Amino acid sequence: MLDRDQANDIFDKLRRLSQADEIELLISGGRSALTRFANNTIHQNVAEEEYHISVRSAFGNRTARASTNKHDDDSLRRVVQSSEALAKVQHPDPDLLPMPTKEEVAAANVDCGDGMVSRYFEATARLTPQNRAQGVAAMVDVAKKNNLAAAGIFSSAEIVEGIFNSKGVNAWYEQTLAEVSVSMIGSSSSGWQKANAPDMARLEPARLAEVAAVKAIDSKNPRDLPPGKYTVILEPAAVLDIVGFMFWDFGGSALLDQRSFLNDRIGMRLFGENITVWDDVYHPLQAGVPFDGEGMRRQRLKLIENGVVRAVTYSRSSAKRMQASEMDGKVGPVRPTGHGFALPSEIGEAPLNIVFAGPLEGESRTVEQMLASTERGILVTRLWYIREVDPYEKILTGMTRDGTFLVENGKVVCGVRNFRFNESLLHMLQNVEVMGLPTRSCGEESFDMVVPPMKVREFNFTETTKF
Amino acid sequence: MKDIASWALETAKLRGASHAEARIVDERSRALATKNGRIAGASDSESLGIGIRVIANGGFGFAATDDLSREGVEGCAARAVEIARASSSVKSQELYLVPEPAAKADWASPCKIDPFSIAIEKNLDLLFAIDAALLAVKGVTLAETNMNFRRYEQWFYSSEGSEIHQTIVTSGAGYAAYSFQGTQIQKRSYPNSYGGQFQGRGYELIEELRLLEHAGEVAEQAVALHSAAQCPEGQFSAILDSSQLALQIHESIGHPIELDRVLGMEANFAGTSFLTLDKLRTLQYGSEIVNVVADATPAHGPGLGTFAYDDEGVAAQCTPIITNGLFTGYLTSRDTAAAIGATRSGGCLRAENWNRLPIVRMTNVSILPGQSPLTLEQLIASTERGILMETNRSWSIDDKRYNFQFGCEIGWEIVGGKRGRMLKNPSYSGITTEFWNSMDAICSREEWTLWGTPNCGKGQPQQVMGTGHGAAPARFRNIMVGTAYKGNE
Repeated sequence: MLDRDQANDIFDKLRRLSQADEIELLISGGRSALTRFANNTIHQNVAEEEYHISVRSAFGNRTARASTNKHDDDSLRRVVQSSEALAKVQHPDPDLLPMPTKEEVAAANVDCGDGMVSRYFEATARLTPQNRAQGVAAMVDVAKKNNLAAAGIFSSAEIVEGIFNSKGVNAWYEQTLAEVSVSMIGSSSSGWQKANAPDMARLEPARLAEVAAVKAIDSKNPRDLPPGKYTVILEPAAVLDIVGFMFWDFGGSALLDQRSFLNDRIGMRLFGENITVWDDVYHPLQAGVPFDGEGMRRQRLKLIENGVVRAVTYSRSSAKRMQASEMDGKVGPVRPTGHGFALPSEIGEAPLNIVFAGPLEGESRTVEQMLASTERGILVTRLWYIREVDPYEKILTGMTRDGTFLVENGKVVCGVRNFRFNESLLHMLQNVEVMGLPTRSCGEESFDMVVPPMKVREFNFTETTKF
Repeated sequence: MKDIASWALETAKLRGASHAEARIVDERSRALATKNGRIAGASDSESLGIGIRVIANGGFGFAATDDLSREGVEGCAARAVEIARASSSVKSQELYLVPEPAAKADWASPCKIDPFSIAIEKNLDLLFAIDAALLAVKGVTLAETNMNFRRYEQWFYSSEGSEIHQTIVTSGAGYAAYSFQGTQIQKRSYPNSYGGQFQGRGYELIEELRLLEHAGEVAEQAVALHSAAQCPEGQFSAILDSSQLALQIHESIGHPIELDRVLGMEANFAGTSFLTLDKLRTLQYGSEIVNVVADATPAHGPGLGTFAYDDEGVAAQCTPIITNGLFTGYLTSRDTAAAIGATRSGGCLRAENWNRLPIVRMTNVSILPGQSPLTLEQLIASTERGILMETNRSWSIDDKRYNFQFGCEIGWEIVGGKRGRMLKNPSYSGITTEFWNSMDAICSREEWTLWGTPNCGKGQPQQVMGTGHGAAPARFRNIMVGTAYKGNE
């Protein structure tokens, strides 16, 4: 795999070729492999290795980017020339800042919590096609034992990401990640589980398959319930799927663009007092790059405290723009937080390492305890195809999927046909009755997070489907 | 390129592969964007690499690399064979490819003006002029514009003797005006939402879109939506404009007819399909005026699903999907076609790039226009009470593609055959087959547009693909309208 020295050599070449005032290299890539199965058969099985060289050139307040995956000298010369040619014809951007210096990066007061441990595990990096096939075989065995059909993935990757600029910034990150997702398909029902971790030793494919199989079996011949407002118990993946849609609004650029549901709402109690959320790339259950698209180190941020939005993320540029705007002083602390995307960027910045604070001591409930305390409600395994209906009230629509159950008198009674919901996130997070302990979770609708299961009252189901 | 491919094919054969394909892709793209008078995106990119798909021991293997040295390609081919052997260790079904004659071809998509030959200053001047025109309307709080070009050149070689070289140029552009007032953010886009219009053509598409001259009206509508009435809830006749109908086709016809979904291959991610095999040629999918084809041939037009050969060397075809309302065809590949008794693939296996395994994909899935002359204004005039909805704002559908809900940017009340007051936040929902069976009118050819959907996600690792959808405005009776806001008043 490409290492830091090789990346440094590439940057040295680029820098020698550059005629711009400033130059920046973002380099990313690695090795990845994914074994995919369905109908108890491996039907797709892939591997790739690739490294992207992305060069940003700046002439005064004009900047642009060019990328290539070719590393030969001619290609490096061309990518520099392309970025420079594109930058030179840009309209001047008065908000564009000079690239940060290594001193500016070093001066950022970063709260790393207990510090960051390595997220590179040799055992994950060394996974072979045979290893993944063995993991798949274990999941397929569970399916066959239960007369079900298994479908899913077992993937592994080792990735690198680095940023270098002509002001001396030089940051590098390496990580491994293994992931298992499994669906168990019955004649009238299905169940699902998914997990990932930098250390593949933390994954238990067979156990995930067993849980998915139980969900498929317990939800067979689903009952058709009328739509309406129900108490729901959302497993962590379902919480992640839906709440992820609001965090793209937690950025200074989103506020300045007036496209955020937080416009005119920062400092107000938007959610229940039991909702406290951090962005924390250094959390032991988190993963991901600890610096942003300009090389600034990510800060730990308390975004929501007891239901009140306290802070949003900023890039260097959006912090400067906010400080000069009428909103300054009304939107919480304004400073670069290390969450900017690579420039130029339409979005600006966002928190992508969400960690929900757990309940107060003694108030945590397991999913089983939530079920036991529920007179009538719906247990939701995951949500699917979520889209934004109303950007300011944060009404989202989507479906339940792969294990939706009726709960009565403290027990799961039967599977039910999947519901469509149209639910406001503001409403939902005001109605969280109890939570469990946050866990690292992954789904298909949002980025990975550390989230708890939640019991929510008056969740708004508007229609049902036919299965 | 032939030498590079031969290293791959020979290595695969020596390692024991019974079948091998090599795809070398050289891609160049450009993305430009503005936001509120500032540059929001300015990037050029290029990518070159090889993807090698093999069958060994009855299992599929795929490996890809950007290292096109002999050592790199041979190592990649060996890795593909090793992966295929691992695949064969977990197998409950036999892998079989329906036959396809070897092809030798060289084809390029129609491109009158090479978009990369246009000065970037000219592109930016147009985008900034649009941006300024949007912001000139009082009440617009955010203006966004974009322009995108791609040149995708592919060399395909197979162990069966195919040698196919294709070059496809795509262009696209669009913009949006947002208005934030009180507790609402309203938006209008042109010519379509989520990036605008995209086709397999050159810069001539950008010129034909006449982007700047629509900017004022689009911006004014975004602001006017704040004072419009809320779309009512209830059952109405709904008229969908062609861009919204194109997305309706994409979600409720294009995806459920993918045979890999039907066979369970996407069960863990994208989902399956209600179109089980027993429904072929038995299900009344829609009313008798619903005629849908999946047509990848250049004769259909320069859609994002137009090509000469798919990514396993099968010639482009036109497959009748819905014929006078009857469900008549799936999207197929060489490894799925046999499941429906087909002796040949429908030519729908496509990959995002060299580093992705080709999977079953939509080509141009289009509804055919009405035979009798009918304009949108005539359609409105023949509607006593209904709602016209334009330009998608949100879309969602279940994992078997039955229950859907769409929101649009703007609606218009129709009373007594006349377009009346503007409606904000229009939405509609339904069950796929009930919806298509409720269609009682569709406009004729002059209202038909071949839209491009550049961002269709599917597969693991996920791949983003461009698909084409021809559509004309159409009317649907007794449609549930307004449920998106139900319970959230």
